[in-house]
Amino acid sequence: MKIIKVGMADLNIVKAPGILTTLGLGSCVGIALYDRYNKIAGLAHVMLPSSKEIKNNENKSKFVDTGIELLIEMMIDKGAIKRNLTAKIAGGSQMFSFNNNSSILKIGERNVLATKEKLKELNIEILSEDTGGNYGRTIELNAEDGSLLIKTIGHGIKII
Amino acid sequence: MDVENLNSVMIDVLKEIGNIGSGNAVTSLANMLSKRVDMRVPKVRIMEFKDVAEVLGGEEELVAGIYLNLGSDVEGNIMFILDLDSALNLTNMLLGREDVELDDIAMSALSEVGNILASSYVNSLSGLTGLKITVSVPSLAIDMAGAILSVPAIQFGLIADQVLFIETVFQEGNNFVQGNLFLLPDMSSFEKILSSLGVL
Repeated sequence: MKIIKVGMADLNIVKAPGILTTLGLGSCVGIALYDRYNKIAGLAHVMLPSSKEIKNNENKSKFVDTGIELLIEMMIDKGAIKRNLTAKIAGGSQMFSFNNNSSILKIGERNVLATKEKLKELNIEILSEDTGGNYGRTIELNAEDGSLLIKTIGHGIKII
Repeated sequence: MDVENLNSVMIDVLKEIGNIGSGNAVTSLANMLSKRVDMRVPKVRIMEFKDVAEVLGGEEELVAGIYLNLGSDVEGNIMFILDLDSALNLTNMLLGREDVELDDIAMSALSEVGNILASSYVNSLSGLTGLKITVSVPSLAIDMAGAILSVPAIQFGLIADQVLFIETVFQEGNNFVQGNLFLLPDMSSFEKILSSLGVL
């Protein structure tokens, strides 16, 4: 089966049979979109909540807002139907903790919030999520059934 | 200033800062362990986000990372990263014991090593440039390299599409401990550092 790796600030799509994977997700968020009727999956590994707060925003896959938009565009190009799309999200942890919680360290939480807002705005239902905490995750999105496998170190393996 | 616009003189200066800073840090580590510690010539690396974890052997490599924030005149952070065996060997050497797992005392010792390394690094950087630099308390995480490096990568993500850092690899004389020290100043702080040295 085809396994496609999605790096940090990167995104990709695959039509079944195939798997999209992103390794060592920390404060970034993995956004998995799926069209179950056409068996087309898309995965984005975004770093920051909004392209509008930042000057250097050419890489669309870096941000929640533009990343989701681009991912949907690519999926539709491949034959997906927008109203079929559902979402699963993972990541957004806080790897390091300090007493004075600066905004940069809470970025995981902000990424998750922004993701939920953007998906809501686009009317895409979030079926399940595994977010927050203080640990990393490796995720695998299977285009056959839209299942999202989540592997961690010391926090178990699960499918959402 | 952009990451892409750095010229070779600037890169050389950053390398030299890394050399002096990590030289000091490695000396304090050697003193702590009463052992010889060698370091390689520091590298100035400019990388795409997706390639960053390759430096540590891949995103899923299990590592111990100690993260410290820099403040005042220079903003950014310092990270001290070890593979798990090295982390364990290092704490065993420091605490004079032979344990097989990283317990609370070992983790606390690791954080303190990170603290001492970062402080000596920053002290020499401060002495060299005349800039005031403060260091936060250390914070430790043991997890996948990709997850740990996502923190400084995101900091760079705010201003650039690439990450710039000064990396020093060092190893204790008998090869029981190997680690990486990363200095990641914000782009605006790079300008300050370079201009304080008369390069800009």
